Amino acid sequence: MYTEKVMDHFTNPRNVGEIPDADGVGEVGNPACGDIMKIYIKVKDNIIEDIKFKTFGCGAAIATSSMVTEMAKGKSLEEALELSNKQVAEALDGLPPVKMHCSNLAADALHAAINDYRKKQSGN
Amino acid sequence: MRSVYFDHSGTTPVHPEVAEEIYRYLTKDNFGNPSSIHHYGRQIKVKVAEAREKVARALGADPGEIVFTSGGTESDNMAIHGAAITNKNRGNHIITSAVEHHAVLNTVKALGKEGFDITILPVDQYGMVSVEDVAAAITDRTILITIMHANNEVGTVMPVAEIGKLAQERGIIFHVDAVQSFGKIPVNVDGLGVSLLSVSGHKIYGPKGIGALYIRKGTRWRQTLFHGGSQERLRRAGTENIPGIMGLAKAVELAMKNMDAESSRLRDLRDKIIRELTAIDGVRLTGHPVLRLPNHASFIFKHIEGESLLLSLDMKGIAASTGSACTSGSLEPSHVLLAMGIPPEEAYGSLRITLGKDNTREDVDYFLEVIKPIVERLRNMSALQEEVV
Repeated sequence: MYTEKVMDHFTNPRNVGEIPDADGVGEVGNPACGDIMKIYIKVKDNIIEDIKFKTFGCGAAIATSSMVTEMAKGKSLEEALELSNKQVAEALDGLPPVKMHCSNLAADALHAAINDYRKKQSGN
Repeated sequence: MRSVYFDHSGTTPVHPEVAEEIYRYLTKDNFGNPSSIHHYGRQIKVKVAEAREKVARALGADPGEIVFTSGGTESDNMAIHGAAITNKNRGNHIITSAVEHHAVLNTVKALGKEGFDITILPVDQYGMVSVEDVAAAITDRTILITIMHANNEVGTVMPVAEIGKLAQERGIIFHVDAVQSFGKIPVNVDGLGVSLLSVSGHKIYGPKGIGALYIRKGTRWRQTLFHGGSQERLRRAGTENIPGIMGLAKAVELAMKNMDAESSRLRDLRDKIIRELTAIDGVRLTGHPVLRLPNHASFIFKHIEGESLLLSLDMKGIAASTGSACTSGSLEPSHVLLAMGIPPEEAYGSLRITLGKDNTREDVDYFLEVIKPIVERLRNMSALQEEVV
């Protein structure tokens, strides 16, 4: 049901964990829906220097979280905001149709982290 | 890598003796249609009668009360729809429970849309229906009560004998889905006081696509779904599935022979699993601790999503299941766990281990060894993890 890439990211997820002094944190999903993704970013000179995730969810939720961190790392904030859930799914060679909506929220979590970072910046 | 099958409530491997029996009735001169007059048909008709006798004996029924069907879902549909339509001039009220299999629940709900009044009884924290609730729900218009014998997701064994007594006193038709219990614990149609009872072949090492419906003599029931020939004494049209029927009868024979010894063997393995898993932080048993199927252990793992757990176990060669949605293709958490009052975020973290004839103590030890690091890994990854006490 899952592609090899999904299983690879599920088995060996990249960038799992938290960044205690993160510049931005984004969270999407809801435990009542069975998926929560939390993304932490460290930003330097407008570049995502470090990124980590924590996810409660099914195989697709974990794999998309892992993939989005890999795709976003080293990118500018503008480039990272361009990343879409669809691109993340494509990078994993696709997801089962039933997972496209519920568990494919990793790019949203990334965008939320970037927005959180920008809000904090403008607040300073 | 070790390969361990722990999903016997989902389906079971066909027993080699059953497979032989099926093969026999797919080959040589054993292809006849039992409705035919010639000797090909006649010799099969005798065999079908013997098979019916075996299934009837296992249930404490008369052979004439057994109808072969395509499986549990058909038996449930046929029983419930037939009873409702046949008795609609006497009343229109049907009672069931919130934790029934969808073959029952969705059939009852469909009748609800056709104008029948339906009562879906709640269950307690163990998934148990209360006899008092059934008694309180009965009205003068009640024509059918349908309650499962044992729950497929949490293994709880329902007080069906007491409900049966109640139904008999009130002259109400009582249907029991015994798909999960038959072959594992005693199922006697008189002891349970049932009018209709569904069983399935593939849960007891028989083939898929075959089941049976017990219909007590004198029950106001007729076939309302299948129209066609006069097979099964007008109760189920369509040429009989001979290899399936013969395979089912063989499976039933073996299940009856092995039930006592196998139940106690599996109960020991099950209890070891329950003991060791519930010792892990944030893991608890679902379903009744005592009144449950001997081969059935089901759990909630806090802060872990069931599908992740299943995939991780599968990578270690262990095939288990979950009441969680993701595996079943629907995204809703299990209706059974929700009915038991388990919040949705916890219901997603369910795991069901159902043991069977080829499972050994070594399988159980292997499972208990590999699951602990999996739980730790998934919890460390979980966005809910910081809430773990």
